[in-house]
Amino acid sequence: MKLLQSPAVRVGLSISIATGLYGVSFGALSVTSGLDFWQTMALSLLLFSGGSQFAFIGVVAGGGSGVAAMGAATLLGMRNGIYGMQINALLQPRGWLRFAAAHVTIDESTATSTGQTDPLEQKRGFWTAGLGIFVLWNLFTAVGALAGAALGDPKQWGLDGAAVAAFLGLLWPRLKGREPVAIAVVCALATVLAVPFVPAGVPILVAAVVAAAIGWFSHGRSDEGLEPDVDPYAEHPHPRPSGDAT
Amino acid sequence: MTLWMWLLLSCVLAYAWKLLGYLVPASVLRDPRMSRIAGTMTIGLLASLTIVNTVASGQALALDARLGALAAAGIALVFRAPFLVVVIAGAGAAAGLRLLGWS
Repeated sequence: MKLLQSPAVRVGLSISIATGLYGVSFGALSVTSGLDFWQTMALSLLLFSGGSQFAFIGVVAGGGSGVAAMGAATLLGMRNGIYGMQINALLQPRGWLRFAAAHVTIDESTATSTGQTDPLEQKRGFWTAGLGIFVLWNLFTAVGALAGAALGDPKQWGLDGAAVAAFLGLLWPRLKGREPVAIAVVCALATVLAVPFVPAGVPILVAAVVAAAIGWFSHGRSDEGLEPDVDPYAEHPHPRPSGDAT
Repeated sequence: MTLWMWLLLSCVLAYAWKLLGYLVPASVLRDPRMSRIAGTMTIGLLASLTIVNTVASGQALALDARLGALAAAGIALVFRAPFLVVVIAGAGAAAGLRLLGWS
């Protein structure tokens, strides 16, 4: 098929598989955090943004309130608004397509699209990654949720350790250079200092305020922290507009 | 029922962020400050969520098997392991340490 010869479609499909697969870990961690099967599926179907979904269940697992979970998930979703502006400028979707495009505007679909230079390839990359991840992410969330429910004692399986690893895995690709590491350390420190004094879940919001203040007052790269969890071009080196690929 | 309410509200707000990007005029994109805050907040929130899930136990701080999970995940990431392998390394370290008697 001719479409499969498109580099953007190929990258989009491989990123869909890589990202979709780790929906298993979200599904399993979500049900062991205390959400039921349909709450877990609602997050993957309707919220559909990996970091925010993990944030929601991470706060609930730590004993935080629903409103604190919502706060963390919502603040973490702000970057999708930036991606929306970028994709809107590149693809200029019209009519109902714009509303569909908004729903699948996430780290990976944006990175797949902006990594291409030809407008048609940008469009193909965005939709292949966006729709592909949506389908596989939800499929594997369901698999993970069913498996997680069958596991029994989550601590015995180290699933609290899996949550720690998941968050570090989401943070890691964003720690490029000294400045993001410094932001991460300051925010982690602010969190630890806040834990004994405020209700569970709130220390995360304290860290968000600290991070926003750093962003407001300092002048670093404007795309800092906006790297995708899984880099679509890690294994398919391709000239990127930002020029940071090999 | 209330968790459902906050959950669905989170879904609405997440979609609102995404859609907002498509509706604001392109000139806003040229203001680097919003983009910068979105980025620093992503780093700060993920760092905070990592450490909270490692050392917080309600309102107390606890050093337990989850520290081993953090170390194992870090080692896996240094060796460029894929996300799922990192998660399994974290789970394995925590479960293993508990088998050895460290809660």
